[in-house]
Amino acid sequence: MTRTTIRSERTIPVLHHSRDRAAVLPAQHSTGGPRETFTINLGPQHPATHGVLRVKMEMDGEYIVNAEPVPGYIHRMHEKMGENRDVTQYIPNTSRVDYLSAMNYTHAWVAVVEQALKIQVPQRTEYIRVITSELNRISSHLIWWGAFVMDLGGMTPMLYGLDDREKILDLLEGLCGARLTYCYYRVGGLTNDVDQQFLDGCRAFVKHMRPQLKMYKALTTDNIILQKRLKDIGPISQEMCRKYGATGAVARGSGINYDVRKNESYGAYKDFDFEIPVYPQCDCWARYMVRMDEMEQSLRIIEQAVDKLPEGPFMADKLPRAFKMPPGDYYYAVEAARGRFSFRVVSTGKEIPYRVKLRSPCFSNLSLFEEASRGMLLADALALMGSLDLVIPDIDR
Amino acid sequence: MDWLDLLIRVALGLVVISVVMGVCMYSVLAERKVSAWIQGRVGPNRTSLPIIAAIPVVGRFLTRLGIFQPLADGGKFLFKEDVIPAHVNKIYFVLAPIIAFVPALVTISVVPFGQYFDAAGAVKTLILANVDVGLLFIFAFASLGVYALVLSGWASNSKYPFLGGVRASAQLVSYELAMGLAVLPVFIWINGPGASGSLSLVRIVEAQHNWWFVLTQPLSALVFVIALFAETNRLPFDMPESETDLVGGYHTEYSSFKFGFFFVGEYANMTVGACVITLVFFGGWHPLPGFDWIEVAGMTGWAWLATGIPGALIAFATFAAKVVFFLFFFIWVRWTVPRFRYDQVMSIGWRRLLPLAIANLIVCALGIAAIDRFL
Repeated sequence: MTRTTIRSERTIPVLHHSRDRAAVLPAQHSTGGPRETFTINLGPQHPATHGVLRVKMEMDGEYIVNAEPVPGYIHRMHEKMGENRDVTQYIPNTSRVDYLSAMNYTHAWVAVVEQALKIQVPQRTEYIRVITSELNRISSHLIWWGAFVMDLGGMTPMLYGLDDREKILDLLEGLCGARLTYCYYRVGGLTNDVDQQFLDGCRAFVKHMRPQLKMYKALTTDNIILQKRLKDIGPISQEMCRKYGATGAVARGSGINYDVRKNESYGAYKDFDFEIPVYPQCDCWARYMVRMDEMEQSLRIIEQAVDKLPEGPFMADKLPRAFKMPPGDYYYAVEAARGRFSFRVVSTGKEIPYRVKLRSPCFSNLSLFEEASRGMLLADALALMGSLDLVIPDIDR
Repeated sequence: MDWLDLLIRVALGLVVISVVMGVCMYSVLAERKVSAWIQGRVGPNRTSLPIIAAIPVVGRFLTRLGIFQPLADGGKFLFKEDVIPAHVNKIYFVLAPIIAFVPALVTISVVPFGQYFDAAGAVKTLILANVDVGLLFIFAFASLGVYALVLSGWASNSKYPFLGGVRASAQLVSYELAMGLAVLPVFIWINGPGASGSLSLVRIVEAQHNWWFVLTQPLSALVFVIALFAETNRLPFDMPESETDLVGGYHTEYSSFKFGFFFVGEYANMTVGACVITLVFFGGWHPLPGFDWIEVAGMTGWAWLATGIPGALIAFATFAAKVVFFLFFFIWVRWTVPRFRYDQVMSIGWRRLLPLAIANLIVCALGIAAIDRFL
């Protein structure tokens, strides 16, 4: 990610397809004299980075010549911590990597262990995992929606998003006692079964959320200023997605039909009827629409899962006392709110894994920022950054 | 006699300034309260004064309404540490907030608040200084405000304020053009050919005694309102500030009362802007569009409502209500829409509003000439 270049050797930035910008930049440089740029430090404390991300931006007036992300301000050694504690002790860590989609991350961890130990999880558990993961996905997207529109200057959606997210947090709090870092899943099951109150709450939430999404559409999606700010802004081509390993809404906003829930279906996802929204425009608008549509699809999944929830135990039978993974290399991927998240665990047969590797979506999504933001206006780059939906602890781990 | 006159004028000036300051403080409260209601929050509802809050029902109600919050806000501005960073150009750094604040207050002196007939039947206008170039005076002083933003951006010697200052200078200068062109049809309308011309705001309002200019010249009003949003740096045109990409824009480095000056100056500008749009396009103190209030009052036998103190009160209340509505409108828009991008702002100013204003001016001029010639 870091790169050293000599300022005088910089060439004129690659321009992405915007007629206005292409017209403006060369005119500015036709004056003759040496081009002067200045460096601006976006962060580590900046309202638009939503965390301690620092972006070193070389600016030519309002235009970005080069933007170099400098992560690492909230590095917490989650991978190293995986190498010195056993499987159960590591579960709390998984809720804290991407704190906005803790359920999905915990799911990946317990699933990779279950895969290694060949533990058969009861169907009921799989369904509950789907319900809670999808609730978590909606709550994450609601935060993103508010924060993203706030980056563009609209303050009100943040409050509406938080208000609806609160209902999800209340539901999950009633279920497992935590509002953000849930640690609800266990290897082989869950901490506790769901009760009728939770299921009724889910149904009520789905009923409540559908009109809310319509209201969101009227408030922001149909807003002409928002559309002007997002359409044709921040192009990320399919090649760029593949090059940097971008996943989630970023890839789906570039026309790549890739969602781990469908392509490498895990858990109980194959039992449900839902669609993967894909938009081919490759711009911020496409990524915005993907996430807005995903919330609706998540509601569909929750609705079906609550209706079809089978009876039965919520823990697997005959769990070993200590989770000693047999020697080998294990891998499990889930679709987190921000894209493909996976654990790779190398075990030597001990209780404590030899190596734990987190493949976090935000890191890959951020790495394309440098290339994608070249030649952009500062305000557009922030729209691009917002459309990547970054969670900084997930980048730094 | 001269001294007495001067004293009265100074006293009136002080009264008006304190009223405007009060309006500014309470428009900050309105901003917080209205935004809270729009966002489904409660807003400030804790601050109270010991004696007033002890009054049984009213005190509690006023506290809930946050009526004392501006005092706390103002006190906070006063008592915060006033940091002047080492890297700034001190003179301009200190000068900028003053320039932001003073012109906004000066402009209020030519704003008429109402009009009534005294006992002798003569027309009296509630105004500090009825200058003949009223609107020009306002434009002239309001455009001084741009120096505040540019100076603060430059003197701060820091990158975010610098970008804010650059944006401010370009934006304010561009929108002044459209704004000026938007009011020209109004002056063509009120100044007949051959007669001695006037830019007096009082005269503009008198010309609207039955038809408001927003009804006869809707396009001018539209351009003017949009330009006014840009001139007062309100969302969706708050480029110089844009707190999510430029942190705080031109006032990033300011703290304490210097920041307070910028802050209150913005609301003072907003208040003056609301006054001007009320006076120029929305009939000033005339309560009914399409009817001459004085005639209506005379016909219904309530002529006393149009004269003397009741007349003055009604005129002032009408004017104040319209100003409050426009202040609310500013706040309402701010909390509803996202912000434009800088180049979009420029493009709207130069490629949409300016041609529209010019076309509107030509059409209005031709129309008025035709009316003068043939009717």
